[in-house]
Amino acid sequence: MNFDPRFSGRKFTSVGTRPIRPDGVDKVTGRARYGADFNMAGQLVGRVLRSPHAHAKIRKIDTSKAEKLPGVKAVITAADLPDLTDGDAAMYDILDNCMARTKALYDGHAVAAVAAVDARTARQALKLIVVDYEVLPHVTDVDEAMNHHAPLINDAIFTEGLEEKPVKPSNVTKRSQFGHGDVHQGFGHADFIVERSFKTEQTHQGYIEPHACVASVSSDGTADLWVCTQGHFVYRQHCAQLLGMEASKLRVTSSEIGGGFGGKTHVWAEPVALALSRKAGRPVKLVMTRDEVFRASGPTSATSIDIKIGARKDGTITAAEATLRYSCGPYAGSWAEIGAMTAFACYKLDNVKTVGYEVLVNRPKTAAYRAPSAPMAAFAVESAVDELAKEIGMDPVEFRIRNAAQEGTRSSYGPVYGPIGIGPTLEAAKSHPHMKAPLGPNQGRGMACGFWFNFGGQTCTDLNIGMDGSVSLAVGTVDVGGSRASLSLVAAEELGIAYEHVKAIVADTSSLGYNDMTDGSRGTFSSSMATISAARNAIKILRERAAQMWDIAVDDVVWEKGHAVAKGEKHGNLGKLSLKEIAAASGKTGGPIAGHSELVADGAGVSFATHICDIEVDPETGSTRVIRYTVVQDAGKAVHPTYVEGQYQGGAAQGIGWALNEEYIYGKDGRLQNPGFLDYRIPVCSDLPMIDTQILEIPNPNHPYGVRGVGETSIVPPLAAIANAVSNAAGVRMTHIPMSPPRILAAIEAERGG
Amino acid sequence: MAGVAVSTTINGDSVEYLCQPDETLLDVLRDRLGLTGAKEGCGTGDCGACSIILDDRLVCSCLVLGAEAEGRRVETIEGMAHGDKLHPLQQKFLEHAALQCGICTPGFLIAAKDLLAKNPDPTEEEIRFGLAGNLCRCTGYDKIVRAVQDAATVMKGA
Amino acid sequence: MVEVTLWGALGQLAGGQSKVEIEAKDIRELFRKLAEQYPAFEPLIDRGIAVAIDGTIYRDTWSKELPQGAEIFLMPRLAGG
Repeated sequence: MNFDPRFSGRKFTSVGTRPIRPDGVDKVTGRARYGADFNMAGQLVGRVLRSPHAHAKIRKIDTSKAEKLPGVKAVITAADLPDLTDGDAAMYDILDNCMARTKALYDGHAVAAVAAVDARTARQALKLIVVDYEVLPHVTDVDEAMNHHAPLINDAIFTEGLEEKPVKPSNVTKRSQFGHGDVHQGFGHADFIVERSFKTEQTHQGYIEPHACVASVSSDGTADLWVCTQGHFVYRQHCAQLLGMEASKLRVTSSEIGGGFGGKTHVWAEPVALALSRKAGRPVKLVMTRDEVFRASGPTSATSIDIKIGARKDGTITAAEATLRYSCGPYAGSWAEIGAMTAFACYKLDNVKTVGYEVLVNRPKTAAYRAPSAPMAAFAVESAVDELAKEIGMDPVEFRIRNAAQEGTRSSYGPVYGPIGIGPTLEAAKSHPHMKAPLGPNQGRGMACGFWFNFGGQTCTDLNIGMDGSVSLAVGTVDVGGSRASLSLVAAEELGIAYEHVKAIVADTSSLGYNDMTDGSRGTFSSSMATISAARNAIKILRERAAQMWDIAVDDVVWEKGHAVAKGEKHGNLGKLSLKEIAAASGKTGGPIAGHSELVADGAGVSFATHICDIEVDPETGSTRVIRYTVVQDAGKAVHPTYVEGQYQGGAAQGIGWALNEEYIYGKDGRLQNPGFLDYRIPVCSDLPMIDTQILEIPNPNHPYGVRGVGETSIVPPLAAIANAVSNAAGVRMTHIPMSPPRILAAIEAERGG
Repeated sequence: MAGVAVSTTINGDSVEYLCQPDETLLDVLRDRLGLTGAKEGCGTGDCGACSIILDDRLVCSCLVLGAEAEGRRVETIEGMAHGDKLHPLQQKFLEHAALQCGICTPGFLIAAKDLLAKNPDPTEEEIRFGLAGNLCRCTGYDKIVRAVQDAATVMKGA
Repeated sequence: MVEVTLWGALGQLAGGQSKVEIEAKDIRELFRKLAEQYPAFEPLIDRGIAVAIDGTIYRDTWSKELPQGAEIFLMPRLAGG
């Protein structure tokens, strides 16, 4: 397949309009089916028993009483999920996380599961399972876990990436380093240096829909899984591997998904549901409670970050350095590495060095959360940048513009940038009316920049043209926020037909080739590329069919605005054939007309954003109010601008929650104290103002329409923008996220007292 | 445990069911009656995804027992449209893209309907506080508030 | 011959070099030759390495050509949300 992904600069008819999404009516009438909305005949209720201990050896599990309870059809432990990972360490960690094998590694770690005729029986059965734990010392804090005396979580872990091979095991799984130049020399040229340490607490993606699935394993070894996921093909692979099945025998259907933000990129309970169904010989529905979602899915890292930045009097940064420690939960990850790569990505730096440490703690496994790891690094860096601007006496926007990366700049993570949008977002922010709006008493304004890579990946799309000329588009990237609308627009654009004649669906794993997950802001980027390719393949066939109908050479037929047009003087009287006409005749010109595409969408453009916000701080209580919020972000090309705005607003809102309220609070006993929406408080409607958005379109040269991803970057700047606003309002630099009222009050009082 | 026999009215239809004494109305709606429009996001009354109207009062159906619906009127998302004609709130949610993943949407629509029934001309602040019992993690609420404002305007004109 | 820049961890495995010169026409050949010259790279290549060619990041397009004089930068393959 010869597909040219380069940006072509075409004029758009459908792309850039704002039609109603194809799945909309079902979602406003309650008809849309999410993870927990599906049922099968004879289905059992699955429930999971979870460790109450942060760290404990599992000596013995006695399930005999539970098995005898009437109505219980299966009880499983790790023994029912034998290790088939064949030395694949990453898969082994997934297996161990789904069902603890020898040790429970966090409060909430699954240790056994039951399937019973109803929820009440299942709950009773869990109480009858006796687990003999040997409680071990635990550690939940990222800095404490790095201490030499900290309890070891896995004594087979020796820090990777050190110059000398360590002789002792450690909770630090890996050290990574990025940068160029000589920071020591760079700091030597600085007139001003800011050096600060920052902390951010662990937060959860907070999707409103808990993980849910229905698993049905047949005695012939085939199985069906209905599940809310960001990547049903990946779930299929992981589940098949963990259960020893052939992937093609496991058909995974992705339900409508009630939010994911990275949290539904990993399997949690799905292999357990399949194992229960296999043992019980009946379908099993397994739905997590909210408590389980908080305790036992995958929140983001807690972090501890040191920043040092130096600049000359004229405002040029001479050197920048960061040390970043990210918690991974009890399994190795690469979260600090991403933080180390993204930390200074907005800036043009001759001397930069970042070092990341991946740290094991007795908390749930860290999973991706929207531009994973970048918001915390940006919080630390952008706070220090603001402080440095202040010391120099420069406007923080001017200071950033002066040091912003541009085309040709060597990025802090290595390669040299192509065309990028950091400068334009800063210029747009500078001239935005928000910047000049007056502030009231106790109000402060803050701004910050953010960067995210964006990814592409393996993508497969089918485009089928019906006999009536309407188009079915089957994609394999799960629609998390309106991508079916965007992809229908893209198909309509390429084919030259109306949006209303395209119906996009997300196909199951048996109906379409493999697709990577919807992650890395790739859904619209990748699947639009595959849709364009599939549509172009269909157009080739449409031209061939038109040529047959006219009995002329296919080379004389071109495709224009939804019609085959015969070119050349000798065909002057042929007129046009519409897609509909060609489709109607297809039965006699060679059969169905379709376009398929299998490709790797690579070259997703990096993306930048600048946010501005005004925060009011009550100096008596430390409470805050978001007065005004503005997002400026480069989209490359906004296919459906309303949903692009939605991504910007949603990311900002999540960032606001993270900055001001949300945090995992662990007790001394290592147990999560706030596993519910009452005590883990995400922003509600009355907490927020309207969120103003400005979409910039700096085309990505590696996509035919110039599309970059838009989903993630919007969560990168808010922590820092809000911290800068709060610091300006309160008159004291805030270094610990979330800036909850007690933390702000303590900072204000320390400043007054000091 | 013996079941409780309940006679109630759901979306204008008489409905009878048997449920356990400790079973929530949400579970009855979803698991016994097949009305899965109300969602369970938390089970503790914190997220509002299971919002329904019970005798003109907005409630979280996860905090109401199935047995408590006896002799009362229940309105759920499934009864919001009239035949194939969407309620103005439903239409405006679509037009404003006031939903991304859509899991919170039924709850928001029910809560907004209740809000506009009691206050047909709410200010932005009244909308924000009126909907503060419903969590949305995707939209940042901006487009939801705008959709409710627009629907209120349309409904006043009707 | 293309010059390939390695990130920190990879450089350590290559005996402390940050740049290596390889005769390779595309990403596939680059990885094959790197694995031959530096067997310690193999598990990392299996886990996934991204290649930035003149600033554009490629994760899976192993057929991508490496133009003469292009800046070739190896990076860890990352996860998104």
